[in-house]
Amino acid sequence: MALLEVNDLSLGYDGKAIVEHLNFKVNAGSYLCIVGENGSGKTTLMKTLLHLQKPLSGTINYGDGLKPDEIGYLPQQTEVQRDFPASVYEIVISGCQSRLGRRAFYGKEEKALAADAMRRMAIEDLKDRCYRDLSGGQQQRVLLARALCAARKIILLDEPVSGLDPKVTAELYKLIEDLNREGVTIMMVSHDISTALRNATHILHIGSSVFFGTRQEYLSSKIGRMFLEQEGGEH
Amino acid sequence: MDILFNYLQYPFVRYALIVGVLIALCAALLGVPLVLKRFSFIGDGLSHVAFGAMCIATVLRMTNNMILVLPITVLSAVLILRTGTNTKIKGDAVIAMISVAALAFGYLIMNLSNTPNVSGDVCTTLFGSTSILTLTLGEVWMCIILSLLVLVLFVLNYNRIFAVTFDENFARAVGTDTEKYNLLISVITAVIIVLAMNLVGSLLISALIIFPAISAMRLYHNYKQVTIAAAVLSVAAAFAGMIVSILAGTPVGSTIVAADVLVFAVCWIIGARNGR
Repeated sequence: MALLEVNDLSLGYDGKAIVEHLNFKVNAGSYLCIVGENGSGKTTLMKTLLHLQKPLSGTINYGDGLKPDEIGYLPQQTEVQRDFPASVYEIVISGCQSRLGRRAFYGKEEKALAADAMRRMAIEDLKDRCYRDLSGGQQQRVLLARALCAARKIILLDEPVSGLDPKVTAELYKLIEDLNREGVTIMMVSHDISTALRNATHILHIGSSVFFGTRQEYLSSKIGRMFLEQEGGEH
Repeated sequence: MDILFNYLQYPFVRYALIVGVLIALCAALLGVPLVLKRFSFIGDGLSHVAFGAMCIATVLRMTNNMILVLPITVLSAVLILRTGTNTKIKGDAVIAMISVAALAFGYLIMNLSNTPNVSGDVCTTLFGSTSILTLTLGEVWMCIILSLLVLVLFVLNYNRIFAVTFDENFARAVGTDTEKYNLLISVITAVIIVLAMNLVGSLLISALIIFPAISAMRLYHNYKQVTIAAAVLSVAAAFAGMIVSILAGTPVGSTIVAADVLVFAVCWIIGARNGR
């Protein structure tokens, strides 16, 4: 049984479809990379998977005991966050918000979860630092630790390396790979096709034509080769 | 000092101090998420709505104007929030429209109704004047109960307010009912604004909400410290402002706001010296 199964999904705004007849499956432990041209509906798909937006038609089924709100999420930075006065710890533990239930404050369990997430992301020494004083790479680690607090099984990353320098980018990809090896299922929206092809087990290409399959299948497909050539010119 | 103790003998001075401190505390607590969410202007808009409602209450010669002003302001808070997410008219434009319309119609109604002292009444509602020194015991209790309610709600929802303020999309993705907490924030804001009208008047209310939060952000770098510092700075400024206004005979509202500005200036300098 797949963690996530998408059947004949159509996405768009105000009744106008951007992507139609989308079908794909995410199995536990896999590493799915979602690629496509700008404006092809990657962000819309992601918002739909996170229930931030309703699909026009089609269904998303959750399996393996995954609840719809158990997808960890690494969003792109927003304007509000850039000068937000919050410590690393405060942000990481806010990932536990859905565990609060009717309680008002975080308990021992949540504190342990947050500590564990910070250890895995190697940001324990930044615990009391202010988020806005951190470098871009450190900020992404903090948000990744928060995502880990929210979900143990599956994490959705939105352009995690945009704006980072090559060294930090490589470090972050390494962290994501390690998480995947520890059993966390990864879904990543990315422009960075070369890395996508190195690490991912599956590729979902959306746009004028849709492709879903393993990395090997993508590399030998017509759409894959075309996109690689096109993007290759830019990198 | 003697003069001050002399004044403290009067119950109306004690009432004013209690109410002033409570309102300043609530306004500062809520100011932090409002400023961070870029909602500073919601306070401004709502206070003008409250002014309009107050004008209607005056014209109708209602003895307890809160009965009318509070529901109208809360309703407007909900409306502003609802349309704030509508793409047809932008959130800030909605606030500006509601705010000036309420101001204009409020003043118009006041003038049309032949009340004897229009400019006096308007001035009182806009700048607070001495209304905080003429509170009845009933109004004082109402203020105390509403402020405590706001405090309790704020503390119980502190973690969720933080989560929704820092990252609304993430909060929504992990199943937090962000609409509910946004609604909570705007309703509480409306309540505080109605309470604060007695203290500083409707034109200066934004100062109570914005200044302590901005001042605290110059000094501290985590959310809990900023929240606590904003509360402390606000209470100190309100208390000092009221004492000065009692001793020097200056208008209460503008003296409190002046104290808030002074606090901000000091915090700004300290922050600049710490390299921010």
